[in-house]
Amino acid sequence: MSHIVNKQRNILDFALSSLLRRKGRNLALVTVYTLVVFALASVMFFTQALKKEAALVLGATPELIVQKMVAGRHDLIPLSYIDQIKKIRGVAAVTPRLWGYYYDPLIRANYTLLVNDTYPLPEKTIAVGAGIARVRNAHRGSKINFFAYDGKPVVLQVRGILSEESELLSSDLILISAADFRRLFGIPAGYATDLTVQVRNQKEIATVAAKIQQFLPDTRPILRDEIMRTYEAVFDWRAGIVIVVLLGALLAFLIFAWDKAAGLSAEERREIGILKAIGWETADVLQLKFWEGLSVSLTAFLLGIILAYIHIFLAAAPLFATVIKGWSILYPNFRLTPFVSFSQIAVLFFFTVAPYTVATIIPSWRAATIDPDQVMRT
Amino acid sequence: MRKSSIFLIFILGCTLVLSLVFLDAHFQTAGDLPFLRQEIKVVETLKLTDLCLTTEARHTRHPSQADWHSPFQSHPGALDHFPSGAIIQPPETIIKGYEPHRQ
Amino acid sequence: MIELRHIRKVFNAGQPNEHVAVDDVNLAIGTGKVTVLRGPSGSGKTTLLTVLGCMARPTSGRILLQDREVTSLPARFLTAIRRKTFGFIFQQYNLIQGISVIENVMLPAYPNGDSLPALKQRAEKLLDLFNLRPKASARVEWLSGGEAQRTAIARALVNDPQVIIADEPTAHLDTKLSRELMEIVKEFKAQGKTIVIASHDPIVHDSPVIDKVVDMRDGRLIHSGAA
Ligand SMILES: Nc1ncnc2c1ncn2[C@@H]1O[C@H](COP(=O)(O)OP(=O)(O)OP(=O)(O)O)[C@@H](O)[C@H]1O
Ligand SMILES: [Mg+2]
Repeated sequence: MSHIVNKQRNILDFALSSLLRRKGRNLALVTVYTLVVFALASVMFFTQALKKEAALVLGATPELIVQKMVAGRHDLIPLSYIDQIKKIRGVAAVTPRLWGYYYDPLIRANYTLLVNDTYPLPEKTIAVGAGIARVRNAHRGSKINFFAYDGKPVVLQVRGILSEESELLSSDLILISAADFRRLFGIPAGYATDLTVQVRNQKEIATVAAKIQQFLPDTRPILRDEIMRTYEAVFDWRAGIVIVVLLGALLAFLIFAWDKAAGLSAEERREIGILKAIGWETADVLQLKFWEGLSVSLTAFLLGIILAYIHIFLAAAPLFATVIKGWSILYPNFRLTPFVSFSQIAVLFFFTVAPYTVATIIPSWRAATIDPDQVMRT
Repeated sequence: MRKSSIFLIFILGCTLVLSLVFLDAHFQTAGDLPFLRQEIKVVETLKLTDLCLTTEARHTRHPSQADWHSPFQSHPGALDHFPSGAIIQPPETIIKGYEPHRQ
Repeated sequence: MIELRHIRKVFNAGQPNEHVAVDDVNLAIGTGKVTVLRGPSGSGKTTLLTVLGCMARPTSGRILLQDREVTSLPARFLTAIRRKTFGFIFQQYNLIQGISVIENVMLPAYPNGDSLPALKQRAEKLLDLFNLRPKASARVEWLSGGEAQRTAIARALVNDPQVIIADEPTAHLDTKLSRELMEIVKEFKAQGKTIVIASHDPIVHDSPVIDKVVDMRDGRLIHSGAA
């Protein structure tokens, strides 16, 4: 046992000495490699945490939403639809929702305006999300000017500011009274933005949705499951940032691998020959290469993951914030709950450490199987 | 000290930090539960359907509620059209309205 | 005692460039003796040394190490035997560049799985023997030719081999250093080690420590007798 440990430690010693010979090159290698792991792990942590939080939080979203479609666009829905939907068996309740977007030309930001009956607001007053409070410098009692659909000014007073803690949901929200909402957007009575449908038996949601579509062919039901699925897919591998990062990482890795594969220089080949000649077995040489590859990749892996965790969960993902922000100026200040799992780490390990280590060993394989007597002739 | 010792101590140290990271994640997640419960309540009472990640365009603010065509009607700088959307800026006249003030 | 029986080594067998490097060599190398292989360039000295030292397998023929047949052993055993029985001193020194002298010396012992302190002690003893102690942590590329040579010899000895095989050990040395080398050989002989040297350097042949000179030509032995 101690014999094996001694042997591996001796070989590791030599592997490290070997790496230290090209200090600059290998330091650069570890740095770039760490950055690759950092980028991959950041994407993974960020998207996983976001997805998990979305799945958890949006589980409470309305189970069924019905929107009216006109010429492929979402349109106002007549309240008369409510009664028709109520007739369908299994429907418990139908509630209209009033919501929409308002573009604030003053600061060039988009708000989401929402009417909520649970906390009815007096007319001429609003509650604003923390993000709006920030960009508009608003506090309780501030007055905000809006322009109605017909160009007439509407002044609304801020009555409350939504909790900063829920900014991931409500940063750009403005809660408003139904009367003000209709005045602002000129929505006639008898219409709503869409309807939420409560179904008695959760198993029947799909059936109810199908029936709604059958009776009201100009509507589009949106199921909670679909919403959840949307968030499952929102940062999948096809998403822009993810692809950029993955491509970058892949490219960097290919450069490494190529460098490794092509990089078994005459010098390295000669060294392998010498080792064989002084009594190292092929397996010993491969173990040496294994340690060389592992020490580089494990170092990069551990550092990259730790840095990524700091980046995403302790520093609130500054690099991704700028990407997600895009052209918008109203951006929520949110801190993600660090949902990380061992399986994520295992996947990262498998995709970063394993290939590099293998890429280090494989090219040496051929060199390591040469006959030791070759070295007598060099 | 021999090189392998230094290296093993370094790796052990990193692994320790990584365990601390996991511990931190564990306690953070546990500590966030009341806050997550509050978020769930917000979704429930306000009947929200989406996360407020980016207010850039309708289909990015409310991905689940978007019209079928909205990615094409909305902001041309959207990332849907990768890589063009991610790299090429939309025409000046269109992005003007979305840009922050510049003095 | 190493016995070679009907050793034949053919390169590129069956191809147009087939070459018989060693042909029907019968040779007995006595334990504790110094044997020199002599012959013109291309006569097969190096090839015979590699076969003798279990580095390469003969095409046909048998090698007996202390009456033990080794030619048919699997590669792993052969490597282990080679590592523990033979110490090689190469014509080009073949030190590993960029690492220290002492690491180079310890290198052949790494696969044995000895503990590092024990190994280090052994290596330091050898460095003392060759006056290399002050250079222990120097990189090998900074060494003078003679120091590099002595490092290579120290490396050959680290596993305390019974047999030392040297291929043209004086090729890069001046007369003084060559004579010093023969002194070292004398020392080994006094310790009871078996030494086989391939060389066409008269300083080697004429040295009084030599027990036997074997002449080779075109892969065959043409004469073997006492020096
Ligand atoms: N791997 C090989 N493939 C083909 N021919 C080889 C190979 N190795 C050696 N030879 C040939 O075998 C012959 C003997 O070579 P060897 O190196 O044993 O000679 P040598 O006596 O050591 O010569 P020198 O004094 O120049 O070192 C040479 O003609 C050489 O070209
Ligand atoms: Mg030769």
